[in-house]
Amino acid sequence: MSRARPDRAAIAPELRRIERRLMLKGSLSLGGLSMLSGCALDDEPSVERALAVMSRFTDRMQALLFSRQRLAREFDASQITQPFPFNAYYDEDEVRTVDPARWRLEVGGLVSDRRPWSLAQFRALPQKRQITRHICVEGWSAIGDWSGVPLSIFLHHVGADLRAKYVNFRCFDDYSTSIDMATALHPQTIMALDYGDHALPSAYGAPMKVRIPTKLGYKNPKYLSSIEVTNRFPGGYWEDQGYNWFGGS
Amino acid sequence: MFQSESPDMLSSRRVRPGRTPSPVIRITHWIGAASMLVMIGSGWQIYNASPILPFEFPPWATLGGWLGGGIAWHFAAMWVLMAAGVVYLGYGALSGHFRRDLRPAGPRAVGRDVAQALRFRLSHTAGHYNAVQRLLYTGVLIVALLTVASGLSIWKPVQLGWLTWLFGGYDIARRIHFAMMTLIVAFLVIHIVLALLVPQTLFGMIFGRRPPAASQETVR
Repeated sequence: MSRARPDRAAIAPELRRIERRLMLKGSLSLGGLSMLSGCALDDEPSVERALAVMSRFTDRMQALLFSRQRLAREFDASQITQPFPFNAYYDEDEVRTVDPARWRLEVGGLVSDRRPWSLAQFRALPQKRQITRHICVEGWSAIGDWSGVPLSIFLHHVGADLRAKYVNFRCFDDYSTSIDMATALHPQTIMALDYGDHALPSAYGAPMKVRIPTKLGYKNPKYLSSIEVTNRFPGGYWEDQGYNWFGGS
Repeated sequence: MFQSESPDMLSSRRVRPGRTPSPVIRITHWIGAASMLVMIGSGWQIYNASPILPFEFPPWATLGGWLGGGIAWHFAAMWVLMAAGVVYLGYGALSGHFRRDLRPAGPRAVGRDVAQALRFRLSHTAGHYNAVQRLLYTGVLIVALLTVASGLSIWKPVQLGWLTWLFGGYDIARRIHFAMMTLIVAFLVIHIVLALLVPQTLFGMIFGRRPPAASQETVR
């Protein structure tokens, strides 16, 4: 059987598209197929598009429901989950670390000052401590004790365009996520530097995690490396694979 | 020719009841049923990501293929279910359907009809809801409302914090949501068995049926 060798570069975009679809569908179950009642595999992109349209509708409804005044419940120190679980898209022994003294946060997009920030600069800003419930998209939850700089204070410091739609986060563990500006300005959205009484340990995202108690766990990036203010929809690691983008609590 | 018709006949034609159940009930029933099945299958997928009981649902019974797919189906069907529910509840309250057809009967009527149902002899007239139906449908409506409310409370524990609080907090609300799902599945089993025992009700829920002449007076 002879087969013509296709030009790799020419088919690369198509390959990527197929790959992405295979990943989404890799484990599509019999139950799923039967529930689609005779929907053949080649019909599925239309089902997927319909689900994506509904997910964007769900995003809009969540944005309408969101209030910057409504606060997540805060708990007592005695209610903190011990130990607070490690969670990432990889195992704990694969956690990457950086030298805190050399770490810098890149600042980009619609801001007037794009100079990178050091940890010392963040330590010099007002800190806010809060014990809140982290809710995972899987359904489990755990109560933790984070403190750090309110993101709204930082955004004011770098002269961010607060009318922009999105704030995008990139991490040095190749994770990424993005949030709406209303949530970025919520008083409980903080750039966490500490967990409990100590600097954030590596398992919890050292040196910086964005803690957003009004959003599900996957919208709370750890190991932060850059922040960008933008009007272009940025997506995210899980969001690009099909998780709901707004992911609000 | 038309003049020969008496005013009496005209008015009697006007009050002649239409097909039952009404089209609004039939349409919202099937949209609700489909979206409820999607909610259950995708809910089982989400449950499997972090089970609260020592078992998982078999993958063939779940919808979505993975957690992200399950969530996408769950939230898509949620809007459809809520829209059908709002139309049905509004219609049921305004048309008198709840008052007339679903208001639960007394315990004696329930006992009589349950006994008949268990002997597969439950009488069933189009346009008339027997005591078993009244009890089951009222019950499942309340359970469905609690399922939606508890679901909203675990989806939005901050924005709808008061609702989460009413359900006893996030963790308890999650278990209530699961328990209500279980009741709905139990209802589905009974409902489908009863509908298959009296197949004309299944036919009626699709095409509607004309009530028998004798019951026409009681309908209005």
